[in-house]
Amino acid sequence: MNRAHKFDVIVVGAGGAGLMAARYAAQHPGVSVAVISKLYPTRSHTGAAQGGVGAALGNVSEDHPEWHAFDTIKGGDYLTDQDVAERFAVEVIEAVYELEHMGLPFNRTPEGKIAQRKFGGHTREFGKSAVERACYAADRTGHMILQTLYQQSIKDRVNFFNEFHVLDMIMEGGACHGVVAYELATGDIHTFHAKATIIATGGNGRMFRVTSNAHALTGDLMSIAYRRGLPIEDPEFYQFHPTGLYKLGVLLTEGARGEGAILRNGDGERFMERYAPTIKDLAPRDMVSRAMYLEIREGRGAGPDKDYIHLDLTHIDAHVIETRLPDITEFSRIYLGVDPIKELVPIQPTAHYAMGGIPTTIDTQVISDGQNTIVPGLYAAGEVACASIHGANRLGTNSLGDLIVFGRRAGIEAAKFAASEGFTELPAGVQDRTRELIDGVRKGKRKERVSHLRRELQDTMQDYASVFRTEEFLSQQVEILRDLQERYECVGVEDEGHKFNTELLEAIELGFLLDNAEQLVHAALNRQESRGAHSREDFKERDDATWLKHTLVYKDGDGVRIDYKPVTLGKYEPKPRTY
Amino acid sequence: MQINVKIKRYNPEADARPYWAEYKLEARGSDRVLDVINHLKWEVDGTLAFRRSCAHGICGSDAMLINGVNRLACKVLVKDLGERITIEPIRGLPVLKDLIVDMEPFFDSYKAVLPFFINDDPPPPGERYQSAEDRAVFDETTKCILCAACTTSCPVFWTNGRYLGPAAIVNAHRFIFDSRDQGAAERLGVLNQANGLWRCRTAYNCTEACPRDIPITRAIEEVKRALLWRGA
Repeated sequence: MNRAHKFDVIVVGAGGAGLMAARYAAQHPGVSVAVISKLYPTRSHTGAAQGGVGAALGNVSEDHPEWHAFDTIKGGDYLTDQDVAERFAVEVIEAVYELEHMGLPFNRTPEGKIAQRKFGGHTREFGKSAVERACYAADRTGHMILQTLYQQSIKDRVNFFNEFHVLDMIMEGGACHGVVAYELATGDIHTFHAKATIIATGGNGRMFRVTSNAHALTGDLMSIAYRRGLPIEDPEFYQFHPTGLYKLGVLLTEGARGEGAILRNGDGERFMERYAPTIKDLAPRDMVSRAMYLEIREGRGAGPDKDYIHLDLTHIDAHVIETRLPDITEFSRIYLGVDPIKELVPIQPTAHYAMGGIPTTIDTQVISDGQNTIVPGLYAAGEVACASIHGANRLGTNSLGDLIVFGRRAGIEAAKFAASEGFTELPAGVQDRTRELIDGVRKGKRKERVSHLRRELQDTMQDYASVFRTEEFLSQQVEILRDLQERYECVGVEDEGHKFNTELLEAIELGFLLDNAEQLVHAALNRQESRGAHSREDFKERDDATWLKHTLVYKDGDGVRIDYKPVTLGKYEPKPRTY
Repeated sequence: MQINVKIKRYNPEADARPYWAEYKLEARGSDRVLDVINHLKWEVDGTLAFRRSCAHGICGSDAMLINGVNRLACKVLVKDLGERITIEPIRGLPVLKDLIVDMEPFFDSYKAVLPFFINDDPPPPGERYQSAEDRAVFDETTKCILCAACTTSCPVFWTNGRYLGPAAIVNAHRFIFDSRDQGAAERLGVLNQANGLWRCRTAYNCTEACPRDIPITRAIEEVKRALLWRGA
């Protein structure tokens, strides 16, 4: 196989954002497009999203994009860039209709319109009560989005390079000219020369012990961008979803609470009434996860060790559960042996979503500093990117909205750029860094096992840098990460082969994860306030005077450098966040 | 509990032919088979190769032949298998390394049935309407995750790799029975060919193998009836 490829637009990642981007880029006349993914496209984690995609269609009750934008900004604890949220709330309506036009099988209302249900933090009239905004397909909305977009990509004859693992970006003169990738099947290294590159590789939840994220979610491109001198925006804002299956972290959709499920502590009390009197169990995720931690800490957890919370669906009609929540019902039955129709489901918060990521403009162009300096030829969309729509805490359903709105925009913008530019000659030694990276692991000392270091990383991140944080624990974690980075230099692999050497790639992915953890912990230690998902026990209040700004973390030798970027404000003044 | 795991191994760079490797290890009843083979890879033999991603039965990466039945390694627990566990690659597709098979022929068959929405009418500004009843007709076949557990459990497919197979027919069903779609005739034409629908001998293996509980044989029968009634 030819190992040098040339396309006008390269998309890295084949989940919702990547496939949407590819579709739109390919619609630009004369623009050639290829998608590179370390998985088969249908294995992407968009497929695991369950509850719905939020859009103010108003199919069940009155709704407006202004209300959606406000909820997104308030949900993000005012760190959301307001221009981005406003445009998002409008465009997500068009994007949902478009998915329906591509054949996506949404559930339907009695009149035959797209069905909608309630979801955390989505309200009518700027916070008065919960509103039905989540457009859904049972509890497999993400699966249907991924399948529908993959189906369209077959129709559109998109070029795919499946099971190609991107290990470097080609950067020259401050611009991006493509990527270098490792082919799993052969071990060959390929160069993908592009005029425009779109990064759509998703999240990094595997840095934590209990996570809803797939094994594949190791923050590869966030690390590669960081190593290449680009900043990561707001990595301290990491979302813990309240309802993960106890110990496993497998996600149970917030749509369950949208259908009426209730959280109960060990005493059987509906404790969310105390924390969010108006919308109770449908408060945003950061608030619910914190409330759960506090209940457990104060001795009101459930179970023999009082270390989990119960999700109660037993009062909901069995038919509703079986038809609207079939998958999560099955997860509970298979993995815990608990039947949600009759029994309470043991749950705990699970590491779920990175609000931060590679910083971009509202048009998905990657930027390299707080002055919005654009990196020519580089775009990012979806969880890997930070536009910033989710601010300090993402609302449920807005991740799927993000994929389709910003995936589409990235495709359009990248194709426009590619059509107006010529190919730049590639620098010499374009594969050198990749070869060095691979050889480093192949010829490693094998003194340390990848799995052991990874487990230590996950355990310590969970204990010292998750839902609640303090200076003491974060400083400790900085030291732990430094030690892990040192020991990582001594990892190695047993598999010396070239074909499907998945051990080699797991080792490289651990290196990426360590960078992601470093970004998160340093930014969390630096931000001396509590906002959204970032909750400091030693700085309990939000501090707008000092901290109403985005963090930018840069790699600086063996350490980090932190800079800032202003938040784009608008018509909504930051207010205390109550529900 | 102590378990015995037998895995059919094959490294194309070292082995002339596949062989059985046996491992003894401690596991909990609540462990997924994926947890077991991850443990083997991480602690015992790093060269063991298999695909996995979501680890909870949604992404479709880890279909394997486990104790003689096609299943997802992440969706079957040790306690449901007992202390002897045998794992082989799914059958009928070329083995590339250990439990990894070549998925390209499988996806080629899938693509052959035009697995995408076809409707050339200009769409309305909002959504196309569809009744809840019309939507329910093809609900089951929208659940497919393309794991290939069904197709690689089919005896017809084992002997004739060009048979489109149950997964492709399931995905054709998903569109043929969608009231909004206009491509049924074209798809039925593809399925009416020599290696199409009529190769199905209703062995039911596919239905039993499906980790998403799709009633595959019934879906295939519905497509057969559609072909007879509507013609192609």
